[in-house]
Amino acid sequence: MKGLRFIPSDTAVPFLRFHMIAFILSGLLVIASVGLFFTAGLNYGIDFRGGTLIEIRNKSGPVDLADIRVKVTNIGLGDVQIQEFGAPTDVLIRIEQQPGGEKEQQKSITKIKETLGDSVDYRRVEVVGPTVSGELIQSGAIAVLVAILSVLVYIWFRFEWQFSVGAITALVHDVVLTIGLFCLLQLEFGLSIIAAILTIVGYSLNDTVVVYDRVRENLRKYKKMPLVELLDLSLNDTLSRTILTSVTTLIALLSLYIFGGQVIRGFTFAMIWGVIVGTYSSVFVAAPLLVMLDIKREWSGVSGTRGKGPASRDD
Amino acid sequence: MLHFARWKVILVLIISLVGILLALPNLLSPKALEVLPDWIPAKQVNLGLDLQGGAHLLYQMDEKELVQDWLKNIRGDVREALRRAKIGYTGLRVSLPVKTVSVRVRKPEDFDRALTRLRDISVPLSSGLAFTGQQGNTVDVERGDTGQILLKITDQGLFQRVSSAIEASIETVRRRIDAFGTTEPTIQRQGRDRILVQVPGIKDVSRLKALVGETGKLEFRMVDTTSSVSQAQQSGRAPPGTELVQSEDGFSSVYLLKSRAIVTGESLVDAQPGFDQRTNEPVVTFRFDTAGARRFGRVTQANVGRPFAIVLDNKVVSAPVIREPILGGTGQISGSFTVQQANDMSVLLRSGALPAKLTILEERTVGASLGADSIAAGKIAALIGLLMVLGFILISYGLFGVFANLALAINIALIIGVLSMLQATLTLPGIAGIVLTIGMAVDANVLIFERIREESRAGKSVIAAVDSGYSRALGTILDANITTFIAALVLFWLGSGPIRGFAVTLSIGIITSVFTAFTLTRLMVAQWVRMRRPQEVPI
Repeated sequence: MKGLRFIPSDTAVPFLRFHMIAFILSGLLVIASVGLFFTAGLNYGIDFRGGTLIEIRNKSGPVDLADIRVKVTNIGLGDVQIQEFGAPTDVLIRIEQQPGGEKEQQKSITKIKETLGDSVDYRRVEVVGPTVSGELIQSGAIAVLVAILSVLVYIWFRFEWQFSVGAITALVHDVVLTIGLFCLLQLEFGLSIIAAILTIVGYSLNDTVVVYDRVRENLRKYKKMPLVELLDLSLNDTLSRTILTSVTTLIALLSLYIFGGQVIRGFTFAMIWGVIVGTYSSVFVAAPLLVMLDIKREWSGVSGTRGKGPASRDD
Repeated sequence: MLHFARWKVILVLIISLVGILLALPNLLSPKALEVLPDWIPAKQVNLGLDLQGGAHLLYQMDEKELVQDWLKNIRGDVREALRRAKIGYTGLRVSLPVKTVSVRVRKPEDFDRALTRLRDISVPLSSGLAFTGQQGNTVDVERGDTGQILLKITDQGLFQRVSSAIEASIETVRRRIDAFGTTEPTIQRQGRDRILVQVPGIKDVSRLKALVGETGKLEFRMVDTTSSVSQAQQSGRAPPGTELVQSEDGFSSVYLLKSRAIVTGESLVDAQPGFDQRTNEPVVTFRFDTAGARRFGRVTQANVGRPFAIVLDNKVVSAPVIREPILGGTGQISGSFTVQQANDMSVLLRSGALPAKLTILEERTVGASLGADSIAAGKIAALIGLLMVLGFILISYGLFGVFANLALAINIALIIGVLSMLQATLTLPGIAGIVLTIGMAVDANVLIFERIREESRAGKSVIAAVDSGYSRALGTILDANITTFIAALVLFWLGSGPIRGFAVTLSIGIITSVFTAFTLTRLMVAQWVRMRRPQEVPI
């Protein structure tokens, strides 16, 4: 029983020929993302902005959104967003942070419950006060930075510095584009999206590292081959794997997006985007960057650091 | 890379079997688990609050209130110490922002004596903090710029005070939550002045919040009948030694009460819900300790015919008239309660008062129905994702795909087995982590198989191609997975609650997928090569 080959073994796509187009495209997208971040901005969820989130399910069939909107808006809790959530019976109510400190936030729930009464089932209530939301922003930003820095150090340790710079550039590119997409679509940006971004960090690197690993190997194998040609060869060598892994990961994520329920849909969406962007950036950003960063052809002591862990000496 | 020592084969098989065994209890219902003999592992995955439903409440203690109470006590101590030493003083006042009590001694010649006396108020820090290398006192007593004496609460002193207050609060909160009879609530300290309360499966969250957040400070105070309430209300000033207290007893909205309490809740030894024998309405019956009973008896004896007030958290609950001296040390509080109110109040009184108010900083409550929906959706997503990935790998790699798929199935069993064994908490993002692992776990095998394809294309024999495929892919696989693992660790380190659950499943998934690729699939491939002696790599 033989497997199908989706990518013929003699594929030779001249990826590097597109690198200027890719750089321009990526550059524009990054600029657009940064621009969007500072103009439209992120639609922060209650994790970061503070406030109250209530998910309700109408006990008697489909809900009358307009009715709920009128009732809830009349309470006078400031900016209130009301939307259907996954099913016609389910509604998500977001209430902005109330002025006056922690205790005021609790009153939002009480008032909503007084207004809507027992005709609905309160499936989820989240209240984040000003203190905690501030801390969550801080720890979220720190988490992303620490993750990027620590993988930077790891790559630096395992490869030459040029690889590290290339990988981190690709990584920052992916993170920025993800944030840009969330700004563009004004999707809610909460703690779970930070988790998604950190996973994207991991995934994007995973992809880049596989390509770089092959580049390093080929550098040793073909000492005379021009760099551009060598990078193209490495990308084609790994292309089949790049696509297969991206496809299986996307399959799993799509299944999660479609069937996994409304609560984690934002998270899954970010991940799907991250996998696509991460795959693109390993091929079109991380690899071509090596040409610009002018990697050394003479490797010193690299063979010693190559993965010769105990597990490879099984015999 | 194709030869396995016998003990390694056995070890790999044992690990896989144990993983499956550990995962199996999750397929059974709790009832079926009880029937199982003891030696079979019966631990199920621990479901997070977002999956089983429940309340997550982060409280912060009101440190200001704590400091205020402490400063008031110090002021009382200063007054008493100076009075007993017969030292004249003026300007005894409390300053909250600088956490200081200041007092001025009338005669300069008394100053040193006063300083010595007041130093006795300060206590050395308890030895519990000695390891920090900080020597010192809870209160610094020194001479101020203008010749007054300053008693300032030290930072270490305050820290010690906050710590013990938090510990005490945790005990109190635990007693209150125990009254709900829910299974395994978590009540733990977080940081300097916070308490995290997690109650799985709780239905009535507002009642929980009411019971936990209430300070529960009970006081019995005499009602001042000599001055008029309305006069005090109009002028906004109560006569000396009295104060206006809001009321919820249904008769009057405000009472004028003596400032000093006859007895406080600290003297209570028990409180139980019950019914009034005559009116049959729900009441709370209570019992004082000996000292409290004596004091209460004395005061009621002297005040027959006058009203006193039962004050809970600075609100009058009821203000009955003393009909006869209450000497037995027991009594009842009535205030047109419902049965539940009487029940809750007795819990509050029994558990004792909180040292300071607790404020909710963060609340996350999930209903059981949403949790169940999430589990169901997660299961379906995982199953469909798994089936599609299995199919895709089978199409891509044929026979080797079967190997990889078998390894993937065992991989998932291992993840669930490890989760059950560690009793790690599975959250909704955690399920997402498992589904993501399903997609990413095949990566190691893909890397290896692609490598084998290449090596065999380069003209190597099957054995040589498979062998170098494994050894060459190892470095790449390690590098690629360690980077993801680093990201997962950061996530675990900085994440909270559900996010942490995601980090846990992701990291376990990374480890098990590398393990299965390098042991299980390799074992299968090696076995296949040995048995079939193939001439050509079937991928």
